[in-house]
Amino acid sequence: MQAFFLLEQVVNGLVLGGYYLLIALGLSLIFSVGGGVNLAHGAFYALGAYLSVEIGKHLGFWPAVAISPGVVALLGVAFERLLLRRFYGADPILGLLVTFGLALVAEQAIRMLWGAAPIPAPMPPEMKGQVLVGDFMFSRYRLFLLAVVLAVLAGLWWLLQRTSFGRVVRAGIQRPDMVAALGIRLQPYMTAIVMLGVGMAALGGALFAPITNVHPAMGAEIITVAFVVVVIGGLGSFWGVVLAALLVGVVRGVTIHFAPAAGEASMYILMFLVLMLRPRGLLGERIEKFE
Amino acid sequence: MTTRRDVLKAGAAAAAALGFPAIVRTQPATIRIGHLTPLTGFLGALGDYAVMGIRLAADEINAAGGVLGRRLELISEDSVNPATATTKAQRMIERDGVEFLMGEINSASAKAIMQVAARNRKFYLQIGARSDVLRGADCNRYTFHVDIPVTVMVNAAGQALLREGLVKGKRYFSLTADYLFGHDLAKAAKAFMAANGAVHVGDDLVATDVTDFSPYLLKIRQAKPDLVATNLAGNQVTNFVKQYAEFGLPYPIAGFNLNTADAWAAGEGNLAGIWPTVWHHELDTPGSRAFVAAFRKRYGKPPENHAWISYVSLKIMAQAIAATRGTDTEKLIGYFESQAEFDLLKARKGYFRAWDHQLVQEAYPFTVKPKGQAKDKWDFLQFGAAVPAPDQPLETIYPPRSQNTCKM
Repeated sequence: MQAFFLLEQVVNGLVLGGYYLLIALGLSLIFSVGGGVNLAHGAFYALGAYLSVEIGKHLGFWPAVAISPGVVALLGVAFERLLLRRFYGADPILGLLVTFGLALVAEQAIRMLWGAAPIPAPMPPEMKGQVLVGDFMFSRYRLFLLAVVLAVLAGLWWLLQRTSFGRVVRAGIQRPDMVAALGIRLQPYMTAIVMLGVGMAALGGALFAPITNVHPAMGAEIITVAFVVVVIGGLGSFWGVVLAALLVGVVRGVTIHFAPAAGEASMYILMFLVLMLRPRGLLGERIEKFE
Repeated sequence: MTTRRDVLKAGAAAAAALGFPAIVRTQPATIRIGHLTPLTGFLGALGDYAVMGIRLAADEINAAGGVLGRRLELISEDSVNPATATTKAQRMIERDGVEFLMGEINSASAKAIMQVAARNRKFYLQIGARSDVLRGADCNRYTFHVDIPVTVMVNAAGQALLREGLVKGKRYFSLTADYLFGHDLAKAAKAFMAANGAVHVGDDLVATDVTDFSPYLLKIRQAKPDLVATNLAGNQVTNFVKQYAEFGLPYPIAGFNLNTADAWAAGEGNLAGIWPTVWHHELDTPGSRAFVAAFRKRYGKPPENHAWISYVSLKIMAQAIAATRGTDTEKLIGYFESQAEFDLLKARKGYFRAWDHQLVQEAYPFTVKPKGQAKDKWDFLQFGAAVPAPDQPLETIYPPRSQNTCKM
């Protein structure tokens, strides 16, 4: 019986990992092309949640979940063009400071617009409740969430590996100078990647709003987890991030099973161990640009 | 009513009588008050309401001419955590020259501010933190406590649970916020449940930054309890309640702590169960109706219990300053210990017990209205009758002296 309970936690952890993935993958992508950690990533996640709640009041849940990430992705374009672009070649600390500042500004703006108190975010009634697969219990809503994550993951992989767009992006990550020498301007590609990453964060926010508290500091909460996942997986590695997200979800679930008080600490311990044994992260590659 | 002019005249007369030179040292025209409460983190939303409530009270008092002719000047700051709360409280006393301290919701930060108050011999009205130990083992003579202690919350919700038949002989699973307040609440809840014949089948600690409860929900399902009783705080309660509804677990839930703002954030259709509260906006007394109307007019939404308690706390201080003719720490302590009565906008007035400095007042249980009965998004809570019943002394729901280790 104990083994079954444990297995149930592992499966549940994989589902949870899928949700971390949505945020962490965008963070990792933006890092790969821009060379800096976008600390404002959580702010776009929070905006996605708030906008979807607001749009949902007028159009209902489903259109809101589709529209909100689109709107935030466009904000992401403005963010890249006006701000992020200026820091690509610069000292990474500058990009960190600017995006951190932006995160603070965004959090305060949300506080002013919607107030400090968390706002209710309804879940569509048809998605509520549990689904029993054999003896495993799942939330119907989270199974739907998992399906969305898998679709996004497949789409992104296809985009990066199988299209000419993806080839330029990958080449740009490895050898930007070479790409430039071939006469390809990288800037539009960078804009597109930031738009995608930010849109994914907003999608995560919109999808997670009915599950968790929608409050001004939700962005700051998620950026820590997303960053831990990216570091464990290896900065810039697609499959590393996927692996790390699932691992963090599972380790957290199993820890809570045995020692609930240590649940939130488990991912930091995991990060510590991984960095001790393998400083570049699980699947991190040596990226010439950064070494 | 004493005006500022009267005070100045009296001061000038006294100085003249003693033969002081013409430059008279009078009292400053304002009374500076240091107000600390969490404005960020898992209790930030509650602190936001606290600031709204205390500002409304300050503006009302100042509009009516202040206290003893002096304006109240509030300095409200984010206390963040116990370490920052200590630094800020010390700085408010030393640099800002505040005459006394007020505030807090976080029990751990409140404990830190209590120590600063004692070190500096300044009066501290501890408003919204509920740990028993603050008015028990950790009590000090400079601090008085307004909000109900955890024992009262456990009693208020516990009596309702007893009536529903959810305690005696029932197996219950609990979740506990992993910090001072949660541990304290869990201790009081355990004592109540054990005394009334319930069987404890599990207790999991939950870190204050937990947002996903799914691993805990799986454990609850594995334990198959008759009741899930929570000792959670702030955002935790909202997250838990939302996800409990999401997973659709069949076991009844209840909790010994839930602030109205967290209930509102969970939204209609998610909240269920029996909970305690110290005050609610539908309380039908003339004072509460007037306060709710004034608050709605200014902020466009109904007040939450932390808005109410901060509002009455400043009114309590105004009454005490007027009665003692100043902000002298020893005189204030003497006044509060005299069991002077204070209007709390409730059916019964409250008073502070001299031996543990705890305000004694009514509490209320609440449940959730049946689906479709809410008038608006603030209206889905169903408030119960005050405890204790009108014919019983207020102190019956408070820990008696024999169970309290407070020594001043």
